Amino acid sequence: MPEVQETAPPFRILPKLTDWNRDFWTGGARDELRFWRCQDCKFYIHPPQPLCPTCLSKNMKTEAVSGRATVATFSVNHQPWMPGPELPFIVAIVEIVEQPSVRLTTNIVNCAPDDARIDMPVRVVFEHHPDPDGDIYIPLFTPVAGTGE
Amino acid sequence: MNENDIIERRACISGVGQSDIGRRLFRDPLELTLDGCLAAIEHAGLTTADIDGVSTYPGPMGTPAGFSGAGAYDVMDALRLNCGWYGSGLETSGQLGSVVNACLAVASGLATHVLCFRSVYEGSAQGEKGGRAAVMPGGGGGSFKASGFMEWHLPFSAPSAAIWIAMFAQRHFHRYGTTREQLAWIALNARRNAALNPNAIYRDPMSMDDYLAARMISSPFCLYDCDVPCDGATAVIVSRRDRAKDLRNPVLRVEAVGTRIDGRPSWDQFDDLSTMANRGAGKQLWERTEYKPADVQMAQLYDGFSFITMSWLEALGLCGIGESGPFIEGGTRIARDGQLPVNTHGGQLSAGRLHGYGFMHEGATQMWGQAGDRQIPTPPEVGIVAAGGGNTCGCFLLVRE
Repeated sequence: MPEVQETAPPFRILPKLTDWNRDFWTGGARDELRFWRCQDCKFYIHPPQPLCPTCLSKNMKTEAVSGRATVATFSVNHQPWMPGPELPFIVAIVEIVEQPSVRLTTNIVNCAPDDARIDMPVRVVFEHHPDPDGDIYIPLFTPVAGTGE
Repeated sequence: MNENDIIERRACISGVGQSDIGRRLFRDPLELTLDGCLAAIEHAGLTTADIDGVSTYPGPMGTPAGFSGAGAYDVMDALRLNCGWYGSGLETSGQLGSVVNACLAVASGLATHVLCFRSVYEGSAQGEKGGRAAVMPGGGGGSFKASGFMEWHLPFSAPSAAIWIAMFAQRHFHRYGTTREQLAWIALNARRNAALNPNAIYRDPMSMDDYLAARMISSPFCLYDCDVPCDGATAVIVSRRDRAKDLRNPVLRVEAVGTRIDGRPSWDQFDDLSTMANRGAGKQLWERTEYKPADVQMAQLYDGFSFITMSWLEALGLCGIGESGPFIEGGTRIARDGQLPVNTHGGQLSAGRLHGYGFMHEGATQMWGQAGDRQIPTPPEVGIVAAGGGNTCGCFLLVRE
């Protein structure tokens, strides 16, 4: 099963695509969560920047990771700041298993708000947003253990 | 460290002032700014001719609406100031980073009396649009596309610092067993103090039941954990300490400041999410003075969101790491007549989001014994003022001479 959700997505403010962020925001088309990685010291770099912060090499390219992550923290948001997912929804910071220092602010989906937990294992799912400037695949995360699924 | 290296000690706080403050005043923001500035200049015993420096946070900014009532140039021109030094900026050690900069300017001899100010009109600017408070720049929708650091927040429907700080709080709750019933005491203490502050926005009594019954914003934060947007300007005069004879108030020496950030300057990439950048600033402050946390008689600690005050208590060593929950529980220690009075004006939670400068105004006012009904019974000689949360934090240790 592809990990792209094809049901009508909620309103989202989409990112402005650049050469630096395109693979991150469009990798979901191939079911891939991609980050820049230093080819010399193998450090994953996020958000994108023009050189490796560890060894200062510019020898970088994007690579797909497993899409597995751990919830570092979260908040159940009840406030309608702007149009978006049905309230309440879960905002989380997740750490990718390949390198926990790489974090994403994201949403936990397919999970009841009361079931969200710190340290919960999650995996990426992509929310597809067709857009004239280039389709966007927003990486969201879902519990691995199947909570609420 | 050689005493001569701690050059902020050559500076003092010499006056403070505020404009009218209200939930929604619908007044010209530059007029409010100038009202606050002139009040502070007069309070210091100075005139506009004495002011030869200007410092402000953040400088001119169009968004978020009402976030910046005036820039340095606006005030310099309106008051026809000739300045040996001036500056503004968002990327500094918290809102009071602008006051740190002023201390360094007078210590280096570039200026003698620096007018520092922070001016907001978020109440008026955001009220008519339905109270979209604290939504950071870049919100919009439609054809708008997110870039910069908001690229990593807006697509996930997380536009507000309320959510970002809530996630720090949740991590602290998880790691240390902190509870909402503990967190509540930041809000309850603030409201109790605001009752004695005629300029506070919300002065009606609040009970624990009121707090726990409030609607949730972003867990663990309810409405009362979030500060209240308002209109108003606060100004602070920083002077050369060796010019004290020219000044009206007793010298409040800038004993030490803390500005350090260790770790990534980011809301979500910071290494330990149960701490904030303030851990570096707090540590640095104590490396620059012989005073110890036990000497502190008053702490005015930023509360843009309630948890930030708890975070500052820990970062400054005023309680142990992870122990701020038990420390504030019951609200006795942090009460106006407790062992460590905190946010004696009502903080931003009840006295209005004057954005950092309100804490400096209150700290100085208390140390000068000028706080009226809300005066700490014995005016503190040693006090902490700290502002900022997340990736932007700065703090002051002040000593009355």
